Amino acid sequence: MNSVVCISQVPDTESRIKIAADGKHIDEAGLKFIVSPYDEFALEEAIRLKEGKGGDVTVVTFGPDRSAQALRECLARGATKAMHIKGDSVDADSLGVARVLAAAIRTLPHDIVFFGKQGVGTDNGLVGPMVAELLDVPQVNVVTHLEVGDGKLTAHREIEGAEEIVECSLPAVITAQKGLNEPRYASLKGIMAAKKIPIDTRSVADLGLTDSDVFHQRVTFVGLETPAEKSGGRKIDGADPSAAAQEIIKYIREEAKAL
Amino acid sequence: MPGILVFCETKDGKLKKVSREALSIGRKLAEKTGGDLAAVVVGSQAASLAADAGHYGAKKLYAVESAALDSYTTGQTTAAVKQAVDDFKPSVLLMGGTSNGRDLAPRLAARLGVGVASDVDQLDWTDGKLRARRSIYSGKVFGRVEISGTPAIATTRPNAFSAEVVAGGGAADVVKVSFTPVEVKSKLLETKTPEAGELTIAEADIIVSGGRGLKEAQNFSYIRDLAHAIGGAVGASRATVDAGWIDHQHQVGQTGRVVSPNVYIAAGISGAIQHLAGMSSSKHIIAINKDPEAPIFRVADLGVVGDLFTILPALTEEVKKAKAH
Repeated sequence: MNSVVCISQVPDTESRIKIAADGKHIDEAGLKFIVSPYDEFALEEAIRLKEGKGGDVTVVTFGPDRSAQALRECLARGATKAMHIKGDSVDADSLGVARVLAAAIRTLPHDIVFFGKQGVGTDNGLVGPMVAELLDVPQVNVVTHLEVGDGKLTAHREIEGAEEIVECSLPAVITAQKGLNEPRYASLKGIMAAKKIPIDTRSVADLGLTDSDVFHQRVTFVGLETPAEKSGGRKIDGADPSAAAQEIIKYIREEAKAL
Repeated sequence: MPGILVFCETKDGKLKKVSREALSIGRKLAEKTGGDLAAVVVGSQAASLAADAGHYGAKKLYAVESAALDSYTTGQTTAAVKQAVDDFKPSVLLMGGTSNGRDLAPRLAARLGVGVASDVDQLDWTDGKLRARRSIYSGKVFGRVEISGTPAIATTRPNAFSAEVVAGGGAADVVKVSFTPVEVKSKLLETKTPEAGELTIAEADIIVSGGRGLKEAQNFSYIRDLAHAIGGAVGASRATVDAGWIDHQHQVGQTGRVVSPNVYIAAGISGAIQHLAGMSSSKHIIAINKDPEAPIFRVADLGVVGDLFTILPALTEEVKKAKAH
């Protein structure tokens, strides 16, 4: 059972995000980067599969030089191989990223390709299903439980207020939701072992793609803006609960026109 | 004529609210492009939605009628909507940012070789191109994007656009789309609805959220009671989800859902940056917290400094009284 886990490196969720001077990118100076939180559930599931059924867990990312660190973290947790496609993924739209990843995955053994349900950054949630389409394999998105059998899998998919149980053939693409598992931390032994695993580094061109397949196409940022800082509204004392409750009701009725 | 096509989902024989919202913004775009607004509905009863779609401005309803489309599967629905796209040749394809919309849009886009803007909260047509605003970094930043390619695809954030009935809007003209079910590699085995009747935070108009200030799992009853009385959904901070007090489906914020309801009531939530990012675009924010310095008050329109264990029950009673009148 071989898995590929596609990860993205994103700013720590604690970060305050500043806009760069060009107005189209974020200012990366001083930002701490992490493996995107949903990708951790994807990686953990792949490692558990490997532990149960054997095979490789290849972790793949498309991004600038700094992304190699995210791959190292995944190797330290238990991934067995890593591929880094170097490039300014920030200037690629989701289909551009998906083309790069699909081309990489074709060169790797894969029964299941895992993603986080979305990158906690641009928050598109598009790349996983796009890769599934490019590879012509089935997809199950926002998965909270997974069972893998012989040539097929059964996945629980979260939808509005309910859960669907979907069966599909392998290979398949799975996007992981929080709750799929409890991701492990890297052990010291894992961190040491990871240092010895070489990262297979490629360029977009190495994968047979041109810049115009990937960069500055289809969906392009024309500008970024910081949301208007809310000034904070009225603050009242809630020492008298029923007076506070009446004040809230009045507000909901008069301002929100609800109730 | 650059037309606008809206993939509409149904629930209980009616268009979903988010689909009506997408039709309404689609109608405004169509006024700018000068093209027609059309809806596409799939499933054996698709044509029965013609009046509903017409009320929200659709001139045509592309009905892909097949029992194979009665429940959503990625493979069948993608093939069906692609057929409608091939027939109508829209410049813009919109759909609500639901679980199915988010499953379908990227799959279809990759098949068509076009781009998608996800979960947009503003849309405009200028200089022959679709432009959208979407929040990135979970609402810490807004990105303005331009979507080229035909069709340009966007999924709309629930509650971001208002659903507007068009005065005198008659039923849409039904255009039947011929469709042969495709061979698919996945099937839906079962749908489980564990919390029947409970509203979900994604589409709710009112959300009542609880945080660590609730002190323990069972005290979520204070939140549920108010949510039930007011007709809202139950939200939660990450801390409470991580503590196992409530299921992740309820989590608002950067690793949960980004929401923008009409009313957001935060009780016992101090307001970590990840939470604020996920709810500060709500239209009316009410915060109840005993710490007057809690960051949540910086985004609250009405802040109440006090004890949630006395204020929430009082509020629930007032809501019941208000509803009784």
